[in-house]
Formats: sequence, structure tokens, C-alpha cells
Amino acid sequence: MTDARTSPIPFAGPLAMSGRCVLFLLRMLAGFRPTAQQFRAVLQQVYLIGARSLVIIMICGFFVGMVLSLQAINALEQFGASDQVSLLVGKSLFRELGPVLTALLFAGRAGTSVTAEIGLMRATSQIDAMELMAIDPIQRVALPRFLAGMISVPLLTAMFNALAILGSVVFSIGIMGLDGGIFWSKLQTGVYFVQDFTGGVWKSLVFGGIVSLIAVYFGYTAKPTGAGVGTATTNTVVLSSVLVLIFDFIMTSFFT
Amino acid sequence: MPKVSQQVSAGDSTTPVIRVRGLVFRRGRKTILDGIDLDIPRGRIVAFMGPSGAGKTTVLQLISGQLRPDEGWIEVNGQRISDMSDKELYRFRRNIGVLLQNGALFTDLTVFENIATPIREHTDLPEALIRRLVMIKLKSVGLGGTEELMPHELSGGMARRVALARAVVLDPALMLYDEPLTGLDPIAVSQVRTLMSETNEALGMTSLIVSHNINEMRKLADYVYIIAAKRIAGHGSPEDLSASNDPGVDQFINGKVEGPIPFHYQGTDTAWSLLG
Repeated sequence: MTDARTSPIPFAGPLAMSGRCVLFLLRMLAGFRPTAQQFRAVLQQVYLIGARSLVIIMICGFFVGMVLSLQAINALEQFGASDQVSLLVGKSLFRELGPVLTALLFAGRAGTSVTAEIGLMRATSQIDAMELMAIDPIQRVALPRFLAGMISVPLLTAMFNALAILGSVVFSIGIMGLDGGIFWSKLQTGVYFVQDFTGGVWKSLVFGGIVSLIAVYFGYTAKPTGAGVGTATTNTVVLSSVLVLIFDFIMTSFFT
Repeated sequence: MPKVSQQVSAGDSTTPVIRVRGLVFRRGRKTILDGIDLDIPRGRIVAFMGPSGAGKTTVLQLISGQLRPDEGWIEVNGQRISDMSDKELYRFRRNIGVLLQNGALFTDLTVFENIATPIREHTDLPEALIRRLVMIKLKSVGLGGTEELMPHELSGGMARRVALARAVVLDPALMLYDEPLTGLDPIAVSQVRTLMSETNEALGMTSLIVSHNINEMRKLADYVYIIAAKRIAGHGSPEDLSASNDPGVDQFINGKVEGPIPFHYQGTDTAWSLLG
């Protein structure tokens, strides 16, 4: 019997998996009921996967801002334009680096833990137990984590951007001695709300959805063995990272 | 060759709560169960026994609707499980309790929250009443005072008892046990067995148990089915089976290697694989 994995049609396997993933998403959303219990579950997951990712996001954001300023000042100095550093850092952060790096960090920190947790629940029959108790595990386990990821990634992106600007301030003004007034005025006048900031917010929402969907899907469909959960966790990081970068290009093409 | 299905009756005049007819189940090309008929009377404790891989757990999974039969049908309280939609299955499962082999407690919830989960999910009872119900069930399994513990803080026997309290918290009419005594020490085995018996009597349930433990099932079960080689090899009360002359039943009950129940996996001929 020919299945997607052995089909002679090119990309039949990835296409079939994409189809199953989309069906899983539709099943999650179709059963959504905005109950107080669901709200509490989402809030708890926002804390577990969102708030607990804050430290790593803030540290990385700060150093990305520093290194970006260092490279920018080195390059701009050749043209005598090092006072434009805040403009370059701000635009590249809000448009690209903030949403993309936050999504990649989120995939590594929270996506893997979601996949491993759900995979382990499958391996220890907790998912079966829910089904036998007439509790839909997709609504109970997958949906709160998916929604929490979508809510968390834009918020984490905002924190990443804020700390990156802080890192830039520390390096540019504190270490390199650039003028603070010029730094802030260039940032204020050169970075636009709709073109730069809003585009980044949309991107972070989409990236949050992609990473969270992949994390819950691979966890839910993981083989109930140690190796199965390990493979699912690796797949989550690899596939969500690749998709974030692909979708970044697609969205940038549209927004530009 | 026409398939001969086996009509099996529990030998009781009461209305069967579960009826199974012509049940066939396959995994890929391998037939797991072939032509099984059952009648399980209400209020009894019925055990499914047999060698590993014979399909005992599969029978429970078919009855709970986790699996669908390839042929035949299953009725529980007159409702045909095999034809139910997912929504109907979920409604049906509110009236059954299942104790899985490892207990399957939710590892991120306390003992209290584990037991309260089915109540919160299926009723609108106030918190005070939920608390009382959970504490009653917890006390009934001898674990009062453990409500704030996490599952990883419990021993195997305690976890199994908490899982039992969770399974019966909504007073189900039908209880399914999958290897409830496996991996427990002798004291825990006696405790869980006693609880199963008392719970069945107190709640007027029907209980189906999958087990390997012949001695414990002699004490617990009213009726035993032995499943081997895809079919029901024998059935009767534990006493009847102990005295049975049937070679399959005798082989299983007395743990004999030689007999109609095969030792080798029914796959590719090993001799050919050895030749490369």
C-alpha cells in the first residue's frame, strides 16, 4: 500500500504532514469554548511558557542590542554617520530581529518543553486517561498551550525589543560616548509606528502561532516511547525554526 | 471456510449489561480477535485472563470505544458502541470508569485535583461540594490526608488507589480495570483487590478486569474468560476453570509451556531467518 512516505509524488510526506497539522489546528479551534476553566488554563500556560521564558529573552535581547550597536557604529563611522546608530538598530529590531530571534528562542525554550510534556503525557497514558474520562485532550492540553504561545510571543518580542534598545543605549551612549539627545531623537523620528512597529507585531503573532502549533502537534502525535518523545522535541525546534525564517521572508515581502 | 463464532454466556439469567457478537479486530494484516461473542451480566465482576498479547486489553479498548471492531458489534446498556460518533462516545464514557495499568494520574496536578478533574469537567457542582466528594472518595481508598501530595510523591500502590478513587468519583455503572494488580507488592495487591470488590458492591457496578494474576482473580472474580489464540479458550467461574479438562485452560491456569497456546510468535518462520 502506498502512503505519503513511500509515494512517488515529490514532497508528498511534508505535504501530508502539513495537512494533518492544519486539520489539528482546525480541530483545536472548532472545539474552543471560552469558559472560565479554559481562561484559567491559558493564563497558567502564559505563566509557564511565557513568563518563565522572560529571563532568557531579556538577556539575549540586551546583548543583541549591544552587538548590533557595536557593528553598526563600526560601519557607520566610515561615513561619519555613527549618530545614526539608533535608527539602524531600531528599524532592524522592530522589523526583523526582534520577532525572529524571539520566536527562535521561544521555540528552543518553550516549544521543546511543550512537546516533551505532551509527548510524556501520551507515553504515560495520561492522554488516554483523559479520553476515557470523556475529556477532550485537544481542548484540555493542546489548546491552552497553543493560545498561550500566541499571546506570549508578541509580549516577549516587546520585552526583547525594549532590552535590545537598552543594550544599545548602554553601548552607544555609555561606552562609546554618543550624544543621548541625538540617539533618542533619531529613534523617535526615524522609526515609524505603522511601517516598522506594527509589522513586527503581526510577525510575532504569526511566529507565535507557528511555533506553538508545531510544538503541540508534535507532542500530541509523538510515539509513546523515550526515543519518540526525543525525536518529536528535535523536530519541533528544527521545523519551527525553518518555518519562522520562511514565513519571515514571505511576510516581509508583503509588508514591504 | 465459514468462520465459527463462539457464543459465550456468563451463565446468569439477569439481563446482560454488555453484549458482544461476532467481534473481529485486526492490526494491519494480523488478526488479534476472531469471532468473539460475550454476554456480561449486570453487577458482576468478570475477569479476562490469558497469555500476554492474546488481546485482553484490546477487548477493554473495544468496549470503551478506544478501538473500533473490524467486524461484529458491541452493545453496552443497549447502546451500540461500534456505531457511535466521537460526541456520543464521550457522552457514553461519562458512565464508565477506567483504571489503567499505571494509574495514569495527571503528573502536574495534586492528588485532590486529579480526583476532582472528572467532577469539574462534567458537573457544575459548587467548590465546597466538590471538596467533600473528593475527600469521601479519598478516605474510601484509605488515603485521607494525601490530597495535597503530587503523584510523584506516592508509592505504586497509593497511586493505583488514587487512580481508583478518580475512576469511581462519578459513581460509574461500569468499571474497566487494565492489569490493576500488576507491579504491586503483596500488601498493596490485597488492599487494591479488597477495594475493587467493596467498590463494586457498594456502587452496584459491573466490573471488567484484565489480569494475569490467577490467585487474586480466584478471590475476586465471579466469572472468568480465558482469551488465547484470538478466541475465548474457556470460560466459567474460577472454580470451574480450575477443574477444567480443556487443554488450553489447563495450560494457562497451571502455567505449562507445552499445550495449544503457542510459545513462539506467529510471524516469519525463524528457521528461514536463520538461513539469512
